[in-house]
This record gives sequence, C-alpha cells and structure tokens, in this order.
Amino acid sequence: MKKLILLRLVPVLVSVFLFSLLFAKPFHQPVDPLIRSTADHSKFQELKKEFKSGPEVTEACLKCHTEAAKQIHRTKHWTWEVPMTDGKMLGKQHVVNNFCISVGGNEPRCTSCHIGYNWKDKQFDFTSEKNVDCIVCHDGTGTYKKLPAGAGHPAYTSTTFENKLYPKVDLSHIAQHVQNPDRHNCGVCHFEGGGADAVKHGDLDNSLIKPDKSVDVHMATGKGELDMTCIDCHKTKGHQVPGSRYEPTARDMHGFDYPLPDDYPTTCISCHGLKPHKKLKKLNDHIDKVACQTCHIPTIAKKRATKMWWDWSQAGKFDKEGKEITRVDASGIPLYISKKGEFKWSKNIEPEYRWFNGKMNYVTFLTKINDSTVVAINHPDGHPGDTLSRIWPFKVHRGKQPYDPVLKQFVKPLLYGEKGSGAYWSDFNWGTAIQKGMEYANLKYSGTYGFVETEMSWPISHMVSPKEDAMSCAECHSRNGRLEKLGGFYLPGRDASPFVEIAGFVTIAGSLIGVLIHAFMRYVSHKKTKSEGAS
Amino acid sequence: MKKIYLYARFQRFWHWMQAFIIFSLLITGLEVHGLFNLMGYETAFHVHNLFAWGLASFILLAFFWYITTGDFRQYLTEGNLLEKIMMQARYYLIGIFKNEPHPFKKNEISRLNPLQRITYLMLTLVGLPLQIIFGFAYYYFNELVAAGMNPGWIEPIALIHTFLAYMLVGFVIMHIYMTTTGHTPTSNIKAMITGWEEVEE
Repeated sequence: MKKLILLRLVPVLVSVFLFSLLFAKPFHQPVDPLIRSTADHSKFQELKKEFKSGPEVTEACLKCHTEAAKQIHRTKHWTWEVPMTDGKMLGKQHVVNNFCISVGGNEPRCTSCHIGYNWKDKQFDFTSEKNVDCIVCHDGTGTYKKLPAGAGHPAYTSTTFENKLYPKVDLSHIAQHVQNPDRHNCGVCHFEGGGADAVKHGDLDNSLIKPDKSVDVHMATGKGELDMTCIDCHKTKGHQVPGSRYEPTARDMHGFDYPLPDDYPTTCISCHGLKPHKKLKKLNDHIDKVACQTCHIPTIAKKRATKMWWDWSQAGKFDKEGKEITRVDASGIPLYISKKGEFKWSKNIEPEYRWFNGKMNYVTFLTKINDSTVVAINHPDGHPGDTLSRIWPFKVHRGKQPYDPVLKQFVKPLLYGEKGSGAYWSDFNWGTAIQKGMEYANLKYSGTYGFVETEMSWPISHMVSPKEDAMSCAECHSRNGRLEKLGGFYLPGRDASPFVEIAGFVTIAGSLIGVLIHAFMRYVSHKKTKSEGAS
Repeated sequence: MKKIYLYARFQRFWHWMQAFIIFSLLITGLEVHGLFNLMGYETAFHVHNLFAWGLASFILLAFFWYITTGDFRQYLTEGNLLEKIMMQARYYLIGIFKNEPHPFKKNEISRLNPLQRITYLMLTLVGLPLQIIFGFAYYYFNELVAAGMNPGWIEPIALIHTFLAYMLVGFVIMHIYMTTTGHTPTSNIKAMITGWEEVEE
C-alpha cells in the first residue's frame, strides 16, 4: 500500500502542483531592475538635491528627457480639450457635466487633477514646459499627492485642508524613484473623479488598487492572478494614452493586435480576437451586435457605491443655528451636503444598455436645450441597423442642475472661491454664483435661473468579471430582461408578434375544444346505440 | 375480429423517436420563445439545437427506408383522391356518431386511410422540412447574413418558425385524439407499439 502511494499518488500530486504553477501565469513575469531599465534615477546627480517646488523637479527631468514636455503638451491630459470631427470642442475644459458642472471659474479646485502646476485661472500658460507635472504619473513611491485646491501643486510644507493633513512631500526622494505609471498613479485622478472615491465612473474606483478576481479578472492582484495594470491596455505612445471616452472604439473589426497592431489597443478584441469564445461558438455570433463589456461586466460599482443622483436644487439648506448640514448614511456616504445638495448612491448595480457606434453627442454651454423633459447632457449615437453599433453598457448619472430658462442654455456657476467672491460654496447665492461664473466665461446669461433634470451616460469597460460570472443568456433573452427597453430589433426570447401568438392560441385552443366536443358527441351517440341495442 | 401485422419494427421505432424528438423540440422551443421556464433558456437552447439535428437525420433515414423498401407506396392513391378524402371526412363528422363502419378497411397492403395519407405526406414532405429549413436559417443566421442575406430577415424567419410550431402543436393534439377512433379507443396505439392491430372483419 505504501509503495502504491509512493509510486502512483506522489508523482501525480507533484505534477498536478507543477502544472498548476504553469497555468496560473501572471501577465508580467518578475524581472530584476537591470532588465527593467538602463537608468537608475537614484544615481543621477541632478536629482540628488533639495527641490523647492514641482516645476523645479520638472526642469531637472527635462534636462535629459528633452522632448517630454512637448509630447505632454499634445495630450488631452494636458489641454483638457478634444477637437471633434464635427467642429465641436470637447474635453474637460468645455463639456457640461452633471457632477460639478464645469471647470471654468473653479480651476484651483478642479485642476488638482491636472498633470500640471499653476492652472489657477484662465490665464494659465499652456505652452509652459516647467509647469508639466511629471511626477504625478511617474511617482514610484506612492507618497506624491496634490493638494485638493492647490492648482496642481502638492504640499511643499505640511498643510491642513478641510480637516485633513497633507504632509510635506519629499520631492528629491520621489524624483529619484520614478517609474512607469502603475494603477496608483492613474487612480489618483481616475478612481476619484467627481471629487472622491467611486463617485463618477462606476467602473473605476480604489477597489481596483488591490482587487480580487471577482472584481476585475485582469487587474486582480492575488497569487497567480494576471495583475495587469492600466497601461497594459492603455498602451501609451509618446505620452498619448489611447482609449478615450470622447473617441471610443465601439467595434474593433481588426481583431488581434499581434502581429499587426491597429490604433485601438484598448479594445477587448485587441487581445481576445474576433472569435473569443472557444467552447460555445454561438456566443461568437453575438459580437457584431453586442459589446464584450455588456455580458462580461454584469454589474458595476462592485465593492463601493457610486453616485447615481446629484440634485443641486436642494443645496443651500442650513440647520437651526444656521450651520451647514452634512447627512450621511450608515456606511458614512454623504446623502446631503449644504454646499452640493442631495445625493443617491448604488453599489453592485446593473448598468443600462444603449446602441452605441462610438460617437457621443454632447451638449455644450452654447447648445439650446429642451427643458420640458430630462436633458441628456450626452447621449450615445447608434442604431441597431448600422454595422458599427453594438449594445454597450453605461452608467447613467442623473440629477438636477442650474440652467438659464430664458436662453435655454446650461450655466456655469462659480462654486469654489473665497467668502465674498460670489462663489456658491462660500456665499450660497445661486444668482450671484451663476452671474460671476458666466461673466468669467464670457457667456450670455439672462439673469434668471432654474433647475432642470439631466442625465449623463458613462460607457463601461472596467471591472470585467471572470468568465464564470458572465451574464447568462436569459438575462437578455427573456421578457422583462435587461434589454426590455431597447427597441428596434428582434430579440429571441423577448419578442413575439401578436398576430402569430393569437393565431397559435386559436389553433391550439380550437383543436383542444374541437376534440373535446367530438369525444363528447361520440360518447353520447355510443350510449344511445348501446341502449337502442339493449331495447 | 382479426389481428393483422400493420407496422414493421422500423416504422414503430421511427414513429416513437419522431414523437419524442418533436415533443422535446416543442417544449424547448416554446421555452426559448419565453412562454415558460422549465430547464432554463440556455439548456433549452442547446437541447433544441441538438434535437433539430436529430429530427433532420431521422427524416432522411426514413426517406431512405421508405424508398428502399418500397413502402412509400402506402402514401400513393388511385382514383379520385379528393372524393376519397371527403368520404373519410364525412365519416369523422357524421358517420362515426351513427356507429357506421370505417369507409376504408385497413389491411397489410393499405394501412392508411386517404385523409391520413394526405396529412402525413404533407407533414413529412412540406410541414416538417419547412420548419427545419426555417429553424436552420434561424440558427445559421450570421453565416447567411455574411453570405449576403438581408439582416432584417431575422424577424420574419423567427416568426414563421414560431407560427409553424404552433400549427404543429395543433396537429399533435388532433393526431393523439384520432388514435382513439379505431376499433377500440386504444387499438391504434397498441398497434403502433406491438405492430399488431385488431380490425373489424
């Protein structure tokens, strides 16, 4: 018996163990520092000094990386604007949103997420090289943090802001420990869009720093997991980061990016190809009409609640002593803040579905809006019939925000500013805040304001579930399923023609009733002949 | 009263396999159509597609058998078919209540009455093949579109497939009822199981 165990069982167990090591392969093989780079920044004399400010660090970087700032100047990370083919100018600088509404006028606060220094008003010099912030993306220490309202600067001396301490950052240490961006660097802004963790996107939040497989199968960090980071898909070239929400690729028809890459490395298809399902081939028949994300991201905001509703019209209420109110729920998420109004949040929610061909229609501050109904600040363009459109998942953020009911346009209120500046967060007067904001932006304002309900759609691409958790057929192929409201095409399991259903019902019921009547008549006539026969 | 051997082993086997397959196709098909939830959409979908191949293969096998054995002659009629059909229909509508004898006697050479001949012939040559063709067009829709078919045709294809399925349910109901109109209510079914049927002298 012992011999049997030793000879048969042990080798099997050992090989099973070895094979399990083989299959659980992380995306990045461990490499030693020498393989990673030809330069060790901690050995550079230029970096072994006391830096007084961020721009000083940048100047040191640019001594060797001479073209880096020029590359940055071309990115939307720097310009915050995206010229569209239809002539519209979009990008963070220009679009309306239904979170904090607009950047213009509120720069020192909003630009704490700009990859630069000093953008505190509209006089910002976009050609300045030293104002490029290299280390916010390249900090390898995890200690670099911009101040919330510092126009992009970190704390050069220990600073307290809104009851939170921001310790002095050690610029010299950071400059000597730079790296390719990892998830911390991107997450600092993209996980906290909208002002705090998980607020904006629904599929991007700090749970992606160390997620388990069920949250994101690609980014999972556990033992034997893929451990991919942002730039593995958002493969950057010359500091241009692909995968923009303004110009997304709704359908990649090129397929595998190896050996011949296309210009859209962020699509699922770039790695998974055009026939990704090996076992259930019928699923491949879906990919021309259904985005991968639709089935493979069944829920978003998996670990942390994301904001679903922001009602600015409720802002400006105070308690009996005239103090600002903050109301939170049991888990500490704010439901009401005097400065901002009323919020609703949801965790682990199903996205909403729309046909999407990659073109987003945006409302700008110059668009005439129809205020008699909910205004779609952006809405995905698409139609079941065209070849580019696929069914995509979206987080739809709804709310109420100020607008000009006379000119029928959105307004930019001044939110952030000193007391007496007219800023809403200090003076709590919508009239003046909007007046100031519109003056600053050189936009027309009639002098009256109202609140209009809006919705904004955010395409979903992250928090991809493991394949076991992908949606089952009946989530969509059923009555009252996830696609119940998506019209314009025939969906098996959901749709039926009333004519066919009625004709079918009449046929089946008719034959049943017919045979019952026939059987009854046979029974009666049979009895009659029997009794006649007897008599 | 006498017993005659009406159904060869293959015919009985084919009949019951076809009954089983069609019954399964109807159940799974109606589930895929969203009428009820029995085994789940995905399972129903897989079973349905599997049995579709089964049905198509069995029909081809049956064609082969009928042609090679010459038994297809059972379906041929001499003389005025319409008149004979009317006679049989008249029996079911009137004669059967008057305890009249069946207008056509069953025997080894002719086991089907004219109404049966035309019904089964239409079912096997027109109804089921149509249903199978539309079903396969539905399944291989992407391939057909790639080959140049108008993508808008998915709806009519699906609707015709559904409509034919409902018609088939109607046929099954009447077919089962008709088995009770033999010499005794169960003599037809017994015959389809054992091959031997009791008929009037």
